Amino acid sequence: MKILVAMKRVADYESPAQIEAGGQALAWDGPFVINPFDAIAVEEAVQIKERQQDVEVVVVAVGVAEAQQQLRSSLAMGADRAILVQATPPWDALAISALLHAVVKQEQPDMLLLGKQASDTDGHQIAEMLAERMQVGQATQASKIELSGSKARVTREADGGLQTIDVDFPCVITADLRLNEPRFAPLPAIMQAKNKPLQILEAAALGWSGQTACTCQQLQLLEKKKKGQRVADVATLLQQLKQEAKVL
Amino acid sequence: MAKHLIVVPAQTGKLDAQIPRLLQAAATIKGQLHGLVLGDDGSSDTAHALASYVQQVYMAQHKRLQHHLAQPCAKVIADVAKQIEASHVWSVGSVWGSETLPRVAVRLQAGMVSNAHQVVDEQTFCRNVWAGSVQQTLQINTAIKVITVRASAFAPAKPLSKAGAVQRCPVDAQPCGMHFVQFEPVKSERPELTQARVVVSGGRGVGSKEGFAQLIEPLADALGAAIGASRVVCDAGWVPSDWQVGQTGKIVAPDLYIAVGISGAIQHLAGIRNAKVVVAINTDDQAPIFDAADYSLVADAKQVVPELIAALKSE
Ligand SMILES: Cc1cc2nc3c(=O)[nH]c(=O)nc-3n(C[C@H](O)[C@H](O)[C@H](O)COP(=O)(O)OP(=O)(O)OC[C@H]3O[C@@H](n4cnc5c(N)ncnc54)[C@H](O)[C@@H]3O)c2cc1C
Ligand SMILES: Nc1ncnc2c1ncn2[C@@H]1O[C@H](COP(=O)(O)O)[C@@H](O)[C@H]1O
Repeated sequence: MKILVAMKRVADYESPAQIEAGGQALAWDGPFVINPFDAIAVEEAVQIKERQQDVEVVVVAVGVAEAQQQLRSSLAMGADRAILVQATPPWDALAISALLHAVVKQEQPDMLLLGKQASDTDGHQIAEMLAERMQVGQATQASKIELSGSKARVTREADGGLQTIDVDFPCVITADLRLNEPRFAPLPAIMQAKNKPLQILEAAALGWSGQTACTCQQLQLLEKKKKGQRVADVATLLQQLKQEAKVL
Repeated sequence: MAKHLIVVPAQTGKLDAQIPRLLQAAATIKGQLHGLVLGDDGSSDTAHALASYVQQVYMAQHKRLQHHLAQPCAKVIADVAKQIEASHVWSVGSVWGSETLPRVAVRLQAGMVSNAHQVVDEQTFCRNVWAGSVQQTLQINTAIKVITVRASAFAPAKPLSKAGAVQRCPVDAQPCGMHFVQFEPVKSERPELTQARVVVSGGRGVGSKEGFAQLIEPLADALGAAIGASRVVCDAGWVPSDWQVGQTGKIVAPDLYIAVGISGAIQHLAGIRNAKVVVAINTDDQAPIFDAADYSLVADAKQVVPELIAALKSE
C-alpha cells in the first residue's frame, strides 16, 4: 500500500506576521515548521506503516526550495521518500491541487493524507479540490482512521456531531488536531533522513502556468483590542456589565 | 447582472438561522437570488422556508443526497449552477460548506474564497488569515465565483414580500466513493455557539470534567448562554469537540463572552475577535487573555464563579 502525504511549509504559529511586497504577501522571520495538521497526517501515515506490512509513505510539498527542510523532518519522522514540487508564490488552491494531482498521477497512491487546513492561510480547500480532481471520495477532519481491505472507516467532525463514513481507496483524508500526537524524531532518525531520497520536480514541468484564479489585493494587520479594565470583585463586574457595557 | 445560487443542505425543522445572513451577504451584489436545497425525500420543508427569501428554489431530492456527502452533493450543485448559468455559488462556511464547495469550484473551474466576512464588490471579498490577526482582500478572476461565508458577520436578510417558486430538479447520481455509516449528534438544549448572544467558555484552569459541570454549566444556565471551550479541554474529553472555540473550532460573535481559566493563546483569540464584550477570569495576572478582555478579574474560578452564579440567581 502506498500513502501520499501532502504538506505545507508554514511559519511557526507563535511568530507574529509581517506584511511585505506592497501589502500583498505575508512575511516572517521564521522559524518555519511543517503545518501542524500536516505533521499529524505524517504521523498517522507512519503509524500505519508501523502496524502494517508493505506500506510506503511518500511526502510531497509544493513550495520554495527551503521546503526541503520540512520534507527532511517528515523523513526523520519515518516517511520513506519525499518530493518537492518547486514553485514560487503567489499561488492559489486550484493551482496547488492541480500540481498535487499531477504527482498523484505519477505515484498512484492508495490513500492520501493531508491536513484539515493550512495554519497560515486557513484556506481549507486543497484536499477537497484534489479529491474532486481525482474523482474519489474524501473524509475530512478525521479524528479516527481504521483501515480494512481497500477502504478506510473514518470518524470525523461534522456539523452538529460526529459522523462515521467509509471511503473506498483511493481516497483523500484530512487530519484534525485530535487524530494523534506527532512524534519528535530522535537524533539518529534525523541523521538517517539525510540519506533518504528527495526528488525535486519543477512546477512548470507539471503543467503550471503561474496563473491563478484568485489574487491577493491587500493584506492588513488587524488591530488588537484596546486593553480593558481590571475589576476588583464579582459585584463590580456585574455592575459594569449592566451599567457600562449594557450586555446584561 | 449577477445570478446567485445559494446552496443549503436540507434539515428538519426551521431554516438554519445562518441562511438569512448568508442571503444578506449575497445580496450585497446586485442580482437574482436562486436557492438549491439538497436532501432526500424529507427536504421540502427547507425548500419552502428558503423560498421566502429567493425568487426560485431548486429542490434536489435523491437517496444518495440523504447524508449530504460532499462528492454527490458537489456534482449536483455544479450541474445546477451550469444549467442556470449562475455567476456566484454561495454557502455558509460550516463543516459541510467547507468540504463541499471546493469540489464545486473544481467542477466549475471557478476561483473560491473561504469564510468571507465582507463582500467588497462582485469579485472582491475579505477574509481573515494567520489566526485572525491579518485581513486578506482577495479578488476572484474567473467568470464563476464560489464563496463560503462567515454568516455571523452579516445581518439577517428579510423575507421577500412574495415567496419564490419551488421546483424539483433532476439528480444525476453517480457511483460514489463515500458511504455513510453513522452520525452521533451532540445534543444540547442550549443556544447554538455561533449564534448565541452570550457564551461562557472554560479552559484548562477549570480543572476537570467535574469542574466544568460544577462551574461552567450552571453559569451558562444562569445566563441562558451557549458553552464554549479551549482546545485543551476538548482534547482532554471534558466536553464534546464541537464546543471548541478558535482558529480550528468555532468563530463566535456574542454580545458577551466570558472566558474562565483560558490562557488566551492566539488560536483561541482567533475565535472571539467578534465578541462585543469579553470578560476574563484567570488566576495569572499575566495571562494573555487579559489583553483581549474588556473586564478582567484576577481570581480563582473555583471561588468567583459560584459567587457570580449566586449573584445572578438572586436577581
Ligand atoms: C494549529 C493549532 C490550532 C489551534 N487551534 C485552537 C483553537 O481553535 N482553539 C483553542 O482554544 N486552542 C487552539 N490551539 C491550542 C492553543 O495554542 C492553546 O494550547 C489552548 O488554547 C490553551 O488552552 P487553555 O487556555 O485552556 O489552557 P492553558 O493555556 O493551559 O491555560 C489555562 C489557564 O487557566 C488559568 N488557571 C489555572 N487555574 C485557574 C483557576 N483556578 N482559576 C482561574 N484560572 C485558572 C491559568 O492561569 C492559565 O492561564 C491550537 C493550537 C495549534 C498549534
Ligand atoms: N504548498 C503545499 N504543498 C503541499 N501540500 C499543501 C500545500 N498547501 C496545502 N497543502 C495541503 O493541503 C492541506 C489544506 O490546505 P489549505 O486548503 O490551504 O488550508 C494542508 O494541510 C496540506 O496537507
